[in-house]
Amino acid sequence: MRRSVELRDHQRELHLFQLRLAVVAAVVAVTFLVLLSRLFYLQVIQHDYYQLLAEQNRVNIVPVVPHRGLILDRNGVTLASNYAAYTLEITPSQVDDLNGVIQELSTLVEITPKDLRRFEKLLKEEPDFSSIPIRTRLNDEEVARFAVNRYRIPGVQINARLFRHYPNKEVASHVVGYIGRMSEADFVKLQEQGFAYNYTKSDYIGKVGLEQYYEQVLRGVTGYEHVETDANGHSIRTLRSILPVSGNNLLLAIDVRLQQIAEAAFGDYRGSMVAIEPDTGGVLALVSRPGFDPNRFVEGIDPEHWAALNDSPDHPLNNRALKGVYPPGSTFKPFMALAGLELGKTTPGYSISDPGYFLLGGSGHVFRDWKAGGHGVVDLHKAIVESCDTYFYGLAQDLGIDMIHDFISQFGLGQRTGIDIAGEVGGLLPSRQWKKRRFEQRWFVGDTISVGIGQGYNLATPLQLASATAILANGGRIFRPHVVQHIQDSHTNELETIEPYPISEVPLQPRHFDLVRDAMVDVTRPGGTAAWAGWGAKYKFAGKTGTAQVIGLKGQEYDEDAIDERHRDHALFIAFAPAEAPRIALAIVVENGGHGSTTAAPIARKVIDYYLLGIEPKDPAPQRRAEEAEDD
Amino acid sequence: MINRLLAFIGRHLDRQLLVLVTILLAIGLLVLFSASGANAERTGAHAINIGIALTIMWIAANIPLYHLANVALPLYLVGLLLLIAVELVGLEVNGAQRWLNLGFTRIQPSELMKIAVPMMLAWYFDRYEAVLRFRNFVTATILVVVPVLLIARQPDLGTALLVAAAGFSVLFLAGLSVRLLVGTVVAGVAALPFLWDSLHEYQKQRVLTLLDPTQDPLGAGYHTIQSAIAMGSGGILGKGWLNGTQSQLEFLPERSTDFIFAVYGEEFGLLGNLVLIVLFALLITRGLVISANAPTMFSRLLAGGVTLTFFTYVFVNMGMVGGLLPVVGVPLPLISYGGTALVTLLFGVGLLMSIRANRRLVQT
Repeated sequence: MRRSVELRDHQRELHLFQLRLAVVAAVVAVTFLVLLSRLFYLQVIQHDYYQLLAEQNRVNIVPVVPHRGLILDRNGVTLASNYAAYTLEITPSQVDDLNGVIQELSTLVEITPKDLRRFEKLLKEEPDFSSIPIRTRLNDEEVARFAVNRYRIPGVQINARLFRHYPNKEVASHVVGYIGRMSEADFVKLQEQGFAYNYTKSDYIGKVGLEQYYEQVLRGVTGYEHVETDANGHSIRTLRSILPVSGNNLLLAIDVRLQQIAEAAFGDYRGSMVAIEPDTGGVLALVSRPGFDPNRFVEGIDPEHWAALNDSPDHPLNNRALKGVYPPGSTFKPFMALAGLELGKTTPGYSISDPGYFLLGGSGHVFRDWKAGGHGVVDLHKAIVESCDTYFYGLAQDLGIDMIHDFISQFGLGQRTGIDIAGEVGGLLPSRQWKKRRFEQRWFVGDTISVGIGQGYNLATPLQLASATAILANGGRIFRPHVVQHIQDSHTNELETIEPYPISEVPLQPRHFDLVRDAMVDVTRPGGTAAWAGWGAKYKFAGKTGTAQVIGLKGQEYDEDAIDERHRDHALFIAFAPAEAPRIALAIVVENGGHGSTTAAPIARKVIDYYLLGIEPKDPAPQRRAEEAEDD
Repeated sequence: MINRLLAFIGRHLDRQLLVLVTILLAIGLLVLFSASGANAERTGAHAINIGIALTIMWIAANIPLYHLANVALPLYLVGLLLLIAVELVGLEVNGAQRWLNLGFTRIQPSELMKIAVPMMLAWYFDRYEAVLRFRNFVTATILVVVPVLLIARQPDLGTALLVAAAGFSVLFLAGLSVRLLVGTVVAGVAALPFLWDSLHEYQKQRVLTLLDPTQDPLGAGYHTIQSAIAMGSGGILGKGWLNGTQSQLEFLPERSTDFIFAVYGEEFGLLGNLVLIVLFALLITRGLVISANAPTMFSRLLAGGVTLTFFTYVFVNMGMVGGLLPVVGVPLPLISYGGTALVTLLFGVGLLMSIRANRRLVQT
């Protein structure tokens, strides 16, 4: 029964089956064609696009930081160099449990609380995806110990980085400055200047001093490596590299030994000294005490030290040479003398009889001389040698503020000198217009009198005083003070010299200049205010002492021992030597140092003795009276 | 002696199928070596898998047809019971319950169903060959849907898809009426929103990702994007064996298993892809020819079902790697690393050979 039915159905079923099979075959064919056209689309039409994506996948462009230029003193002594060191770095974005990772790491390498604090500070400042150092300067053993365990700690890597090293530590710290990790503000500034292309955000950049001013010279050009990288971020090989161009070296006019001697000569005193080579404007030494160790900033300063430096009443981070403003006091007098002579308001033979005070006609106001009872008969020479105030009160009145301002501004007082370190302030050489602008008050004759001895509104930086002294020493030729003498090309070693062409000249008659110079030489001889400091000098030592009042003492007698150490007068001294052909001109301010002759002038003597004669100082530096210093 | 041994071994082996399978397996070893990062150990392990699978193919090729028909129902029932056992006491691995622990070994019953379902349907239709009615198709549909749903619940979308494809291709070849077919499609489309809701979150994500892989480039879209980059950057001639950057530098995930086609496409280019697709097309054509010439309803349907399952493997995998289909765990037959799928596939090829051989026996 079934068999007969089956025969007929078999044919029908077979026919149907084969029809269906044909449909299936067609579907298979169409499907494969669709697949092929899709592959054609991907591999031919879109090939370039995917090729690019594949390249981007595998090729990582890694910037190679160039060697930063060296900073060397005039004798080739290194002030800033580079060293390579391993740093242990964490990329926070790749780490889930930061504390756990740090815990883990501390079992492998020593992580001090200081390291931790610095890390936490950087963590707040840096974006998550950047790599933040938790330990620097790993030794070989630590590197090896980490390398063995690194697979257990993802998101942590060891990088070889170049670090800046300042071998002289505190010496010349305000000149050299330091580099630090770039801040957002730094980057914005670079973008404005059009240099941002040469940096990545995790780079180091000069923050202060020459490091900052000459950033673009020292920096060099960033190189790039095209590194093949796998999906896990491991570098496989370098495909192509564009080598970085090293930064250029700075060869300074600074003499580091001179700088050291000057800094040591300050002892515990705060203050500043700038020494300039009069013939070039080259800065031989630029001291600001106290200083700081710039090395601390290189690896990221920890908050504790930062606070200590920042909050110290001594303001060690403040570059007093450029930013400290002080009344020039009696160091103003040689310039006043030249003004009087040049403008015909006094003559070498003109003398006064000094009663110990100056009575301003009309107002009845009395201006006292520092020496009670006066200096007797005083001509211009003696007025400088003994620093007679009464003489210069009179001269100031005769000149008037306009003449004083216009003449003395030629020496650059009250103006920025244009030195190659940023942050310089202008100081103040008062004038009628200035007072009007500042106080909306007219100028009184009484204002002029105190200006005549460098007090009153007068304010100058040590650098300005040094520059003015150099101009004086030069007989009026003006050079812009500069710290860098040559820029040395890192490849050709060619030197580009900062040309010492005089900017301009203060017209001075030689006989006027000679008079002032001779008087300044006598300042350091017996009878002069700095006779003690000048005793036995084997060269003609021209100088002028000065004292700047910190607080006004009305009617009281100034008693140095009785008043608060920080309220004591600042001691000033300007000098140049040898007087007949000056090779060095300098200005010194010793804060709260009392009188210029006792604290400031001896520093000048040590500096000049070394510079001219190579004599190393023997006697210890002056000490601040410690028991009193602790009272404040 | 040796000739007689070879004759014995080759007795039931279809030469065309054997050649195609051998070429494809050789390509597979070559690509696997590259995809595994020139890992000889892994490639060697796969070669052993191939040896085992070929042996099983040989055994299948030597099973007489009538034996096959006899085991269809028991095999299906055992498979179904095992699937239910998986549902109840299965081993959970990576969030999916696919395995059954037998104490000495673990088995994946869903793999068995890739063969058991088409075999069962072929047997069923063969039995009712004379009087195929609507209700037969309903019964057959249930026979397919029950295991498919059980597998989909594990969840194992890839295998469910393959089992469904195997079952429905037999249904179609058996003469499922066009009207019913259209009706099923319409019902299927209507059921889509409900089906969508029943999908797991990661499955939904895969479908969404297919539509726009860039919306989640590091998550669900990563596979799709990286395989498109591998494929596209291969170009016409490819980057050369062992030179694919996407695979060698490990940007491609699952590169020795489900995404091995991307490795192949990157290193051998469009030209290589063409060769591979032609090889697969020839193998499928051969399967369809065997099916067309098979002696009985059972063998026809079984051969057709097995062949179309194989085709579904190829299409779903290539479609997935090429970015035409969502990411579903379906390996590329004979190429991807992995023993289980290879054994099932070559068992299927063995069945085709057996059917081919039996036809000849019947004729002579």
